[in-house]
Amino acid sequence: MSFDFDAGKYAPYVWGAYAVSALILGGLVADTLARARRWRRAARPDASTETAP
Amino acid sequence: MIPALANPDRFMAFSRWAAPLLGALAALLLAAGLVLDFTAPPDARQGYAVHIMFIHVPAAWMSLFVYACLGGASFFSLVFRHALARAAARAAAPLGAGVTAAALITGSLWGKPTWGAWWVWGDPRLTSVLVLFLLYTAYMALDAAIEDEARAAPATAILALVGLINLPIVHYSVVWWRSLHQGPSVLRAGGPSLPPVYLTPLLIMGLAYLTGFGALWLVRIRGEVWRRRAAVMAMRAAA
Amino acid sequence: MSGFSLILRREFALAFAGGGGPLVAIGFFLAMTSLLPLALGGSPERLAGVAPGFAWLVLALAALISLERMFERDYEDGSLDLIALGPAPLEMAAFAKALAQWATTTAPLALVAPFVVAALGGKTALWPIITAAGLTGGLAFAFLGGIGAALSLGSRRGGILIAVIVLPLFTPPVIFGAGAIEAFGAGLDWKTPLLFLAAYALAAAALSPFAMAAAARNALS
Repeated sequence: MSFDFDAGKYAPYVWGAYAVSALILGGLVADTLARARRWRRAARPDASTETAP
Repeated sequence: MIPALANPDRFMAFSRWAAPLLGALAALLLAAGLVLDFTAPPDARQGYAVHIMFIHVPAAWMSLFVYACLGGASFFSLVFRHALARAAARAAAPLGAGVTAAALITGSLWGKPTWGAWWVWGDPRLTSVLVLFLLYTAYMALDAAIEDEARAAPATAILALVGLINLPIVHYSVVWWRSLHQGPSVLRAGGPSLPPVYLTPLLIMGLAYLTGFGALWLVRIRGEVWRRRAAVMAMRAAA
Repeated sequence: MSGFSLILRREFALAFAGGGGPLVAIGFFLAMTSLLPLALGGSPERLAGVAPGFAWLVLALAALISLERMFERDYEDGSLDLIALGPAPLEMAAFAKALAQWATTTAPLALVAPFVVAALGGKTALWPIITAAGLTGGLAFAFLGGIGAALSLGSRRGGILIAVIVLPLFTPPVIFGAGAIEAFGAGLDWKTPLLFLAAYALAAAALSPFAMAAAARNALS
């Protein structure tokens, strides 16, 4: 199984596309997890008598 | 399954295991897809640029799929006044906008070396995806502009549904417009006769994007549920 | 139908009472027209080539003007509540409002458009198709715009929000109208796109009152 990473003249386009995708998708993952974490903490009652969902 | 999930507690219980599972699945599929992607040979016509197809086409598929989810959730939110459906719609919007932006940018980067232009006006799919992006931003703009959640829910739902109805019309109008101009022969992304060495990684990447969306959507909805609970708690504390 | 004609007459009166009715939109149209040669730079041929498409696009944009006020005045002074509670369906009032918007804003723009094209050096022979597309497309713009206006009720940033909501929806009529104008100029089949435009406009007129009324009711709740 040989990997072909030799993009030649297409390099800026191909790696650019992968970089943008990684940024956007990574950003969505990070934002989603951060938001969920933040709201989960906020929803926890301060004097906690219930267990978190 | 949807009626069973409609109960927020049951949804939270379900998503608690479903979200990480989908996330793990997405990561595996992504890894497999990328391996097959970069072991595939360059295309006869497009050369190495064919590798952009594997991240552009799944993004384009998802941009439409997520809007369908947004529309479906909006429908339930509007007709049944269902808070969880509204949370689902709201959660889907930024995910859809992101993946649509990815589709547009990667599409442009694919187009430049292959058919010589950053953008082709008059291509039905490009125009439809651009309008789709505008529909997502319109949804988020309206959502942000209405402070009262009780009002924001039906308003954004109406907008989502109006957009959903318009989308096929947009696509068709550009198809018609192109027939008038006999536009440039745009390289077909993933045409019917895609050889297996390309089709397999494409489908796997498609599944990776799909499961990834599923995981992120569930987590975002969970966040929304917690946000509401926190808001209710704050209201009660203030009362 | 007397209820409807009453509402319609009221909407017309309101549209003109706001000060000059179509004049603001026409003023915007002419202002943009004078900017185009400055933005494009000298060449008369380029200007002439762009003229019909430009006029059509600015017509669509100008249709957005004064959309804000379609529901807002009634919303703020409580009339919308009364209309919603009254005997006539809110959908009918919404239909009347959009129709009045068409008659007082977009239709006058359609009549001015051929002059704009001529002023920019475009083919004067295009005036029938520009007027036809403008009147028909204008109907779509008014009714779609009404949806945006109703959805934005009670929120901040009214005008720009309406534009953001409504412009993606404008895409099909803009495309069909532009196609009709271009086909007419090139001697090709202009009837098909014009028919599509008409079909779209009529569908918009028939369906958007329901969306407008739902949005208005939501804002009143």
